[in-house]
Amino acid sequence: MALINLNKREINCKIVYYGPGRSGKTTNLFYIYNAVSEKYRGKLLTIETRGERTLFFDLLPINLGKIKGLDIRLQLYTVPGQSHYRATRKLVLKGVDGIVFVADSLRKRREKNIESLIDLKNNLAEYNIELEEIPLVFQYNKRDLIEANIPLLTIEELENDLNRELKAPYFEAAAIKGIGVFETLKEISKRTVKYVARKYIFNEASKAQGGMI
Amino acid sequence: MGTVVVTGEKIEKLKRILDNHLTSIGVSLAILIDEAGNEIVSTGKIDQIDTTSLAALAAANFGATAQIAKLIGEEDFSILYHKGKKDNIHITKIGLNFILVTVFTDKIPLGLVRLRVKQLKQELLNTLSEQ
Ligand SMILES: Nc1nc2c(ncn2[C@@H]2O[C@H](COP(=O)(O)OP(=O)(O)OP(=O)(O)O)[C@@H](O)[C@H]2O)c(=O)[nH]1
Ligand SMILES: [Mg+2]
Repeated sequence: MALINLNKREINCKIVYYGPGRSGKTTNLFYIYNAVSEKYRGKLLTIETRGERTLFFDLLPINLGKIKGLDIRLQLYTVPGQSHYRATRKLVLKGVDGIVFVADSLRKRREKNIESLIDLKNNLAEYNIELEEIPLVFQYNKRDLIEANIPLLTIEELENDLNRELKAPYFEAAAIKGIGVFETLKEISKRTVKYVARKYIFNEASKAQGGMI
Repeated sequence: MGTVVVTGEKIEKLKRILDNHLTSIGVSLAILIDEAGNEIVSTGKIDQIDTTSLAALAAANFGATAQIAKLIGEEDFSILYHKGKKDNIHITKIGLNFILVTVFTDKIPLGLVRLRVKQLKQELLNTLSEQ
């Protein structure tokens, strides 16, 4: 649920990084945290178990600066990817405005990517949100491992497995080196802000007509 | 799930409600948040605490407890209370979409905080739903 504060001329959007365990969601947030100057970011909050697996979520608030005189603030969340944390993922999705799906390029994680996308779909359905309707960007991560001769899925395979019908934008990434991280963030921010703004304007318009939304 | 829009006027009103009922009895901090963990208004000693993190964690905490309630067949725990050595925290649902977090020291009895929160609930809801 986006929060628009006309007093501070601020829009707050919630963006969730989703995907299977170990796909690199937390790595994305860490990279962003380290690359953005202090002025534009808040505290990085992480709740993890030993051995760096996310237990509940990570949260990084960032400030994108002004668009049309409004301050754009994003709350970037990650979910815990391991399959048994389904209920927790659902909680983190509460009020989501945009989603980055971080898929693991490792060939042996193929099923996990697909399972996670279905899990996302089911969790969103419980909030009456359709995957087709909410801003979504795919990130195919760990592309750097190709150099280590580790079997990876090709982009065509990933696209076919996950994005055939959705046709959302995608980015190749090596989050650990920062490759593709900001491209992904930029695209999802743009889409999310647009989506939130459009919903808001629609609400205003229907209010003007005496609507009840 | 809609977009919450707050105007300067509304924020002032909400803040006044929190101040009248809670700051006036000496609570350290009161924060009104939405279900996504966004801070809507806060009042009290907000300079000393990272309210953004607090809002996100309180919303998550509340959500987790509500799920636990469901698992054990309880309707809902509508109030959460944690007691510390000197600071205590009280978390309550306000309507369907909002949560109020109150932090207070041992000098203030829990019963009083509970009573005040109960009294201000409807006022907050009315203000939040005003167009
Ligand atoms: N080679 C390589 N390793 C990566 C990349 N991104 C992440 N990793 C590694 O993959 C492991 C898991 O990364 P995390 O960011 O913790 O994964 P996660 O998606 O947050 O995992 P959960 O919290 O369990 O859901 C870590 O050891 C990272 O260093 C990448 O682009 N290339
Ligand atoms: Mg993680």
